[in-house]
Amino acid sequence: MDALALFLEFSLVGFASGGIYVLAGLSFVIVFKSTTIFNFATGEMMMLGTYLFFLFDLQMGFGWMGGLIAALAAAAGVAMLTDRVILRPLIGRPHIVLVMVTFGVASIMRGVAGLIWGPNVRQLTELLPRTPVFLGDILVPGKLAWGFATAGLIALAFMLFYRYSRAGTAIRATATDQITAESLGINIRMVFLLSWGLAGVLTAASGIILGSVNGVTPQLGLVALNVLAVVMLGGMTSVFGVVVAGLFIGWLETIVGAYLGAAWQSFIPYLIVLIVMFVKPTGLFGEQRVERI
Amino acid sequence: MSEQTTKAELAPKGSMVDSRALELAGWLALVAFIIALPFFGSVWALYMGCLVAINVIATVGLNITVGYAGLLSVGHSAFLGVGAYVSALMWIHLGTPLALNIVGGAVAAFLVGLLFGIPALRIKGVYLAIATLAAQYSLYFVFQQWTPVTGGDRGLSLPKIDVFGFGDIGFYFVVAFVALLTTLASRNLFRTRVGRAFIAVRERDYAAEVLGINMVSTKLLAFALGAAYAGAAGALLAAFLRIVNPDQFTLLVSVFFLAAVVVGGRGTTLGSILGAVFMTMMPEFIRFVLEHLAGAEADMAGLLSPLREIIFGALIVGFLIFEPRGLVGLLKRAFGHVEEVEARAEH
Amino acid sequence: MNAPLLDINEVNISFGGIKALRDVSARVDTGKVTAIIGPNGAGKTTLFNVVSGFYPAYSGSISFDGADLLKRAAHQRSDMGIARTFQNIALFPGMTVAENIKLGAHHRQKTNLFTAAMFLGPAWREEQELAAEIDREVLHLLDLQEYRNRSVSGLPYGVQKRIELARALIGKPKLLMLDEPFAGMTTDEKARMSKYIREIVRGSGITALLIDHDMESIMTMSDHVVVLNFGEVIAAGTPAEVQKNPAVIEAYLGEEE
Repeated sequence: MDALALFLEFSLVGFASGGIYVLAGLSFVIVFKSTTIFNFATGEMMMLGTYLFFLFDLQMGFGWMGGLIAALAAAAGVAMLTDRVILRPLIGRPHIVLVMVTFGVASIMRGVAGLIWGPNVRQLTELLPRTPVFLGDILVPGKLAWGFATAGLIALAFMLFYRYSRAGTAIRATATDQITAESLGINIRMVFLLSWGLAGVLTAASGIILGSVNGVTPQLGLVALNVLAVVMLGGMTSVFGVVVAGLFIGWLETIVGAYLGAAWQSFIPYLIVLIVMFVKPTGLFGEQRVERI
Repeated sequence: MSEQTTKAELAPKGSMVDSRALELAGWLALVAFIIALPFFGSVWALYMGCLVAINVIATVGLNITVGYAGLLSVGHSAFLGVGAYVSALMWIHLGTPLALNIVGGAVAAFLVGLLFGIPALRIKGVYLAIATLAAQYSLYFVFQQWTPVTGGDRGLSLPKIDVFGFGDIGFYFVVAFVALLTTLASRNLFRTRVGRAFIAVRERDYAAEVLGINMVSTKLLAFALGAAYAGAAGALLAAFLRIVNPDQFTLLVSVFFLAAVVVGGRGTTLGSILGAVFMTMMPEFIRFVLEHLAGAEADMAGLLSPLREIIFGALIVGFLIFEPRGLVGLLKRAFGHVEEVEARAEH
Repeated sequence: MNAPLLDINEVNISFGGIKALRDVSARVDTGKVTAIIGPNGAGKTTLFNVVSGFYPAYSGSISFDGADLLKRAAHQRSDMGIARTFQNIALFPGMTVAENIKLGAHHRQKTNLFTAAMFLGPAWREEQELAAEIDREVLHLLDLQEYRNRSVSGLPYGVQKRIELARALIGKPKLLMLDEPFAGMTTDEKARMSKYIREIVRGSGITALLIDHDMESIMTMSDHVVVLNFGEVIAAGTPAEVQKNPAVIEAYLGEEE
């Protein structure tokens, strides 16, 4: 196979894995935009969602479809519960407190998962077909291709919802200006709840797709570093930015891994985080808000 | 008018003389306790004393950053690591005395703090927290991968440090002494304009600017100072444990120190001390409870780590929601020190 | 006539398409009380914020005591001799009244990280001196003694406004900028505040720049008045002149107090 075709193959694999980052990144952005909270528990929510799928599908025997629905619903439920029980009492407190709390919640989630399911890898149901997908001469591993297709569908559904539905518009209004949104009759608390619920679904979906490839451990949340790189590169408030950055970083990691080896591949997220921070902290598409005194 | 001046001495916050006397008594009691410990305590007590002292230093530092200046730092353990590695390397390659190694560790951590703080503080908002997360991950990566210097996963091991020939007790006094000095130094900062500037910048940064406080450089100083304290603590930790490896400086350890600050009481010196003591004792307490409850040894190691994650996280969340002023707040209320005027929960 | 202490020249600033200040010029003469008045939203606080260095001006210049103000960072104002209070009170709730006031002298103090850590010696002396200065010069003047060691949060609004004033004064400024010093006060409180400000101005010869949209309080104590409406200066002169100005009357007719 000639070099170009090989490169294309790797690229497609890269985009496919980028799909996972896009979903997780979207969950982060929706929470950040509407509640201004930096969700330190994003990685752990991915991990927990995946375990919930494992729980419902294999441990409780719902089968993969029932398990999937149950897992996504439960993940949304956990996220909304966190908002209702932990974050809502803290409204009005300094911003740092809210962010610290997500950090604490992340730790609790890691611990709970470790306690219930132990540190060893658990394999998920073969949700995604293994048979490789051929695009002309190019071969893409089945799981990744289907994973990408799924991620893409979910991301698309989310973006349509965000753009065109009433609830989505309410979220966008809140994200732009909370006070004005409230004065227009939008129930801010419901918007927060909804944002967290969506974040729960997106992270769970992202985690499940990721877990389908490699299995799940309590350390799955470590992928949060890669998600951090995606979100920083894209700009923390940009839906479009996250899509672009997610695909790009997925692609970059795969290419680097293929041509330079695994060590270099693992270095990429750090590099991106540091470069973005030093060169353009607002990312490619992030916004700079002007503070009125 | 003169009647009102007399009333000033009876101001509800507890008269100035009273609280100063109380504080002085507290310091003296602390010194007395420190001196007495080796004589009535067991070997275990001495060991814990050293550990507590080291954790106090790190907690005091994090409290300056998080509690007083209001900046979230979730990568505190990375700075401990910088201090530990730098001081260990100084000892191994240069043979420098402990005092110099501690300073070296603190200075190195200070500089690394500046390195991450400078770009982050140009942006308003939560960006510094992100930078500290980046610091946590990337420094761990460096500790683990830069094998020729840091020894990689195996880390570094140090020969025993004998301070003035007094052995373990001598080392204990050194650690306790450094902890006492650094805590006192932090307390003193907040008697002066330096500390007031940190608090001002936390509460209303634009008003602080109008008063001549450069917001960015003040936040940077608070952050780097916290890192320096962690560096000093790390240097002492390295000398204490005689090994330095990456797994001592993980995210869980950062969570530990954040919990110490929140549990103890943000923005108070006493809070740092109480929080450090509480959190250092906590793993011992967990182990104690587990031994009595579970009995079987087999699963203990597996349970310990997730249990810690849950408890540390729950402490942070619980105290932030229910007792934002931490143990110090609890104590104040227990002693009937109710704030006469309903203070807004500014914390 | 001497050069004004603060000379604002053709300042323009916009916020996302809305022109907040349009070619605004004003002069504040040394030792005099100048008032900026105008209906709500006229741009008074915006002008203050430009002088304070929070907003960059799109065009125009401001000179203070001969120096180009717009080229300096916000935190340098204090050193140059400008102090200000805020419309919504910007005190620090986590500190006591005394500590808040001490911050007014921050730019004058010399304690650094190292002397502070040690405390005994120069830092302690500096703190003692400042505490004495506060007791002597502002606490008594503004009747704040009884609140000295109390936490700022929870104190009555009128008291907090006086604390902010004390904080501004202790910085020994050349120019004292007061943003709505009478806002939200009862008639009694206003009279009291008026008395304090007059005492301060006559007593120390300080230059004062006030904002308020309460005509009564301002007219009795100002030497010079500048009227803003929709971001433009529509009149400037002595209180008597401005009061009779038809454009000013019209601007205020739309505003029922």
